[in-house]
This record gives sequence, structure tokens and C-alpha cells, in this order.
Amino acid sequence: MPSSVRVKTLRIDDLDVAGDEQQTIFDVAIEHDIPIPTLCHLDGLGAVGACRMCLVEVTNANQTRLQPACATPIEEGMQIVTNSPRLQEYRRMILELLFAEGNHVCAVCVSNGHCELQGLAQSVGMTHVRFPYHYPQRSVDASHRRFVVDHNRCVLCTRCVRVCDEIEGAHTWDLMGASSQTQVVTDLNQPWAEAETCTGCGKCIHVCPTGALFEKGHSVAEMHKRRQFLPYLRAMREREL
Amino acid sequence: MKAARIAPPSDDKRWRVVDATMRRHGYHAHALIETLHATQESFGFLDEDALRYIAATLGVALSHAYGVATFYRRFTLKPRGARHTCVVCTGTACHLKGAPALLDALHRRIDNDPTNPPVSIMAARCLASCGLAPAVVFDGKVVGNLTPDLTIERIEKWLSDES
Repeated sequence: MPSSVRVKTLRIDDLDVAGDEQQTIFDVAIEHDIPIPTLCHLDGLGAVGACRMCLVEVTNANQTRLQPACATPIEEGMQIVTNSPRLQEYRRMILELLFAEGNHVCAVCVSNGHCELQGLAQSVGMTHVRFPYHYPQRSVDASHRRFVVDHNRCVLCTRCVRVCDEIEGAHTWDLMGASSQTQVVTDLNQPWAEAETCTGCGKCIHVCPTGALFEKGHSVAEMHKRRQFLPYLRAMREREL
Repeated sequence: MKAARIAPPSDDKRWRVVDATMRRHGYHAHALIETLHATQESFGFLDEDALRYIAATLGVALSHAYGVATFYRRFTLKPRGARHTCVVCTGTACHLKGAPALLDALHRRIDNDPTNPPVSIMAARCLASCGLAPAVVFDGKVVGNLTPDLTIERIEKWLSDES
């Protein structure tokens, strides 16, 4: 064990825990079987802290702040609450906003039954959406031989962008526009089939939490995502280091 | 990382400005925004050829260049139709000092004009000229402390020059 690893001690939900200083609150919580809901975070990909589902109450030096567990490194003496009425309320609100701003129709979706957005909504007890639905006009690109992107179901978690950049190294995906006009694009917002940097590896399909990216030939509720490659690649990289 | 140099999309002399900008920044990927600005200023807009050329030269992904070019309202991918532009700042300071009234007045003057005046009205988040609030950029020139009447006066000057 190299002596350069600094251990920090903190408290998560009345449990005294310790972790390596490079770990995030989320990493340490998972190691101790403390569940924190996530949407944009995926083990093996860089953290962006975009979805705010993993917000936790962090008290440090008598100040309590809400911080994303996936993107906050641990600090000595942190007091963390991962589940409180306030956090539950915020998480439910975030999900309701996601549902209101896209066109999420589970009944006709390829990912029905194994969708992370749907699963989160169930787990936080979301029974209805209190905000007016936007019903945005969004497109579907089925130009690719094997894959389809349905922007109606996209929650802009950027997992596809990160896996394409960090793992595949193609960087075919990125975000365009700002605020409500934001969407994922392939290359210069071309039809996917014409995006010359795409290697057709399909990693983006399998990291997508919803039915926004799926393989052709799957009907309602038939799209299962396989992500075994991510922890594998991460373990291999860590071994090389 | 220096990307292999490629030739500009055409022998248009304006590419020299773009090239000089990239060279000044050592062809680093972080020169992207600066280069897009230089291109936008030289050509008036960013077309696909320009984005491809800049992305390849700076070694950034096409989708990344496209993302940056569409994120900022200052960049346009199509030539602007109007001969004059009028950008109203809608940042916090300008908003409080009456930017909505300026926008309102401009839209009332331009939108309902049957002669279809050659002015495009845009809104920007913050011009970083909060001391001048409310501020408007008339064809690239920032003018502050405006009222709806003063704003329309400026527009009328353009319109009378046109006719």
C-alpha cells in the first residue's frame, strides 16, 4: 500500500466511515451500502453532477450545503445526510421537471420496465407531475443502420457524450444549444448515419438511462441495456496505473 | 498537441485572420472560442466548412465545435438576413432598469411594420456592461442608459437612412 494515500474520516447517516481522499461522497457511500439515487452518474465514466439526483446535505465547519455526492470529494469531518424530507422533496421535483420537459410516454417506450428514469420515479414515490407539461417538438433520427436516437426521451444526462469521448475516444456525441433548446448531436448535427466519426460501437446505446438511444429491432419494453464493459474497462485502467 | 496543418476551405483572404488567431494560440484546443469569434467577425457567420476546418486544425471533435457554436448566441450558423442588428441585454441589471420595456417597444415598432424593416431584434443574457443598464448593442456598438423612446429614435435613424 503506497503511503501517499491519505485517509479521511467522515460520517454518513450516523455511520462513521473512512475513505481515500480521492474518493467522492458517492463512492464511499456505495462501499458502505448506503444507497444514493443517481441518474447522470455511471460507474466508469467521469462525473458531471448534471442531474442533481444525488444531492446530499453536507455539514462541514458548521455550514450545511446541498452538494452532488457523485462530484464532491470527501473531506475530513464531513457530516452527510443522504435522505431527509427535504432531499426527497427535491429529488421528486427534479424528476417531475424531467418528465414535464420531455415527452416520456412509458407505455410505448422500448425501455419500459427497465428505464432508469421510470425506476427513479417509482422509487421516490412520484405519483403525478405538478408542473405543466411542455410537449416540446423533438425529432427522432433513425438514419443509422443499427441504432436510433429519440430526442423525446432524452434527459440530457450526457452519458452517451462521455462514453463516446472517454471510452470509445470518438467524441461523436456532444450537446448543442442552450437551455430548453439543448439536445445531443452527432458531429455537425448531421443524421447519425452520415456522422463520419461514429464507429458504430454501440456503447452510447447501452449507457443511455432511458429509451432515447436504442437498437433497432426492439419493440416496447424489449430494450435491455448491457453495461458490463464499463466496470471492466475501469478495472483494467486502474490496474495499468 | 499540434494538429497536422490542413489547407483552408477556400483561397478567400479572410481565412488569414482565422489562421492568425489559431497560430497566436499555438493551435491549442482552448483557442476554439477565440477562433470562432474571429471567423464570425470575418465572415458574418459560421458555415459547415468553417467549423470542419477549425475543428480539424485545433484537434477538437466536430460535435464539440458545433456545440460551442450553437451554445453562444453571438455565433450564427447562417448569414444574417437583416442589415442592422439590435441586441437588447436582458441580464439582471438591465432587466431591473427596464429592458423588457425596450424589447416591447422595439417589437411593436418592427414586427407590425408592413415594410418589413431590415432590423433584427435579439436578446442577450448579459453584456457585462451592467453600469450602463439598460444597454442595447446597435450594430456592434453598446449604448447605455436607454429609454424606449431613445431606443426607437436610434432605430428610426437607420430606417430613414434606408429609404
